[in-house]
Amino acid sequence: MSDVTTYSVTTRTRASVVAGLIALALAVVAVVLPAFASRALIQDLFFILTMLSLAQYWNLLAGYGGLVSVGQQAFVGFGAYMLFGPVILWGLNPVPALLLSGVFALLLALPTAFFAFRLHGAYFAIGTWVVAEVVRLSVAMWKDVGGGTGTSLPREARSEMWGVPQIEAMFDVRTSAAQDILAYWIALAVAVATIGGIYAFLRTKRGLSLAALRDNAEAARSVGVDAARIKWTVFLIAAFGTGIVGGLIFLQNGRISPDSAFSVIDWTAFVIFIVVIGGIGTIEGPILGVLVFFFLQTFLADFGSWYLLTLGALGIAIMLFAPRGLWGLISEKTGLHLFPIQRRLVIGPGRDR
Amino acid sequence: MAQTASQIAGSGSAPEPAPDSAPRILSLTGVCKSFGALKVTDEVSFELPQGQALGIIGPNGAGKSTLFNLITGNIAADAGRIEFLDTDVTRTPPMSRCLMGIGRSFQIPQPFDKLTVFENLLVAATHGRKLSEREVGSDCAAILDRTGLMRVANSPAGSLSLLQRKRLELARALATDPKLLLLDEIAGGLTDAECVELVDTIRAIHRGGTTIVWIEHVLHALTSVVERILVLDFGRVVAVGPPDEVMASKEVREIYLGIEV
Repeated sequence: MSDVTTYSVTTRTRASVVAGLIALALAVVAVVLPAFASRALIQDLFFILTMLSLAQYWNLLAGYGGLVSVGQQAFVGFGAYMLFGPVILWGLNPVPALLLSGVFALLLALPTAFFAFRLHGAYFAIGTWVVAEVVRLSVAMWKDVGGGTGTSLPREARSEMWGVPQIEAMFDVRTSAAQDILAYWIALAVAVATIGGIYAFLRTKRGLSLAALRDNAEAARSVGVDAARIKWTVFLIAAFGTGIVGGLIFLQNGRISPDSAFSVIDWTAFVIFIVVIGGIGTIEGPILGVLVFFFLQTFLADFGSWYLLTLGALGIAIMLFAPRGLWGLISEKTGLHLFPIQRRLVIGPGRDR
Repeated sequence: MAQTASQIAGSGSAPEPAPDSAPRILSLTGVCKSFGALKVTDEVSFELPQGQALGIIGPNGAGKSTLFNLITGNIAADAGRIEFLDTDVTRTPPMSRCLMGIGRSFQIPQPFDKLTVFENLLVAATHGRKLSEREVGSDCAAILDRTGLMRVANSPAGSLSLLQRKRLELARALATDPKLLLLDEIAGGLTDAECVELVDTIRAIHRGGTTIVWIEHVLHALTSVVERILVLDFGRVVAVGPPDEVMASKEVREIYLGIEV
């Protein structure tokens, strides 16, 4: 009989320690990047970081929670409008208004979940889409923010955002470039908080029960897992984060319309593509996926409709031949996990005691 | 789990099996369940004293697993009353019944395939007892040791052999620290040697004071542990009593063993 009095539990691997250090170094580089980088690069990185955050939230829902939503554009759009409204109507500073984007998206998620959780599988997916359309049509009737044609943020609201004058002075750049830098920094902070937060959540006992529910829902309930509560938790977290990202995207854009804010192609189809080609149900997958997506978009931008056809064909090919995505292929071949969540029981004297 | 773990560990000095006069832990009164026109549970009533081990036997389709699902709440009863520790749990969802102290194994093992064996136990211990991972770690390790799964602690549950899966069913149920343990054909499909090992483990758990209800076709395994046997046929209770008395009754031999007497 082994000595069970000396045991330890660890999730750490050598790869994860190395990955952690590299991530830290990358984050530092990313923070100081605006001092050297061109404005175009900063804008590209803003796009990559915001799409990455959206993809991580959708992955949390679908890949970990089994909640395949095709209505996440509801939270992007509603979050964005809840930033434009207060900024335009009450003159609120756009930076703190981002918090409103998250809070209102969360409030929208309450009735959405209440209805959508009565549906399962494909019906859940369609239900979330219907909710998004309802919100889009409702917002299009809001005349104060431009109704169906949309509106722009006042110029001074953007140029007087918290931090913009300081950035202008620090980097000696024009107002519009300073706005881009600020938006980029916020996007970076949101992406880091998103990945870090989701990783931390998956390592809690609630995150573990999420995996148990995915493997076998009936058995999970029989050992005391509260399935309804965990679904609500995941759905609300995803809505809050998606709302903030939505607010940020349109804050940087400066202009909003119901069609662009509630675009199922931009905020759900592309996001699903990123997660699927990268590897669903992993944190690494969407990171890889967003890079592939960005390069495809850059190289195929001149080919018009061929761009969407290629994306579609690639998505289908990956689903057929590598259902676990590119990261799935890599981790299968190498056994690599950059964000390990598996708890290993180590018998004998251990460090983590 | 500190309690159960030490109880298991201290199985050498066994308390005597509980007498029928012990306080009841589970009682069913007129419980009925139909699937369409088929009555699978028909006015089932019985009481189980704390600390006793009750065996349930009956032909295939007699409604044994359905009876388990009614006790755990995986299936809702059409009529009747189920009490656990003097609380009416007839309408209580399975999650809450687990928290109250009802643990179960499934007839067909239902592991969390992608999680490791250790993680399977962690889920059960943290949620079934509302404790943190840190608090349950050593208990989970003790249960792995007790059920012979330590060697595969870090293997994905999906990669286990049948015996190991059956052991995992038992270990995961134990991890919730049950007051009442429901075992559904846990010895089915095992070789004789494997069966003996598993029965020894179950006997030790029972001697530790855990109340057990056990459905089993492998009669010699069952009768070596339980104090009472309940016979089901077409959803009805045909006989209840000590194993030798029940197995000797003419009615049971006709129904269950198909012997013309």
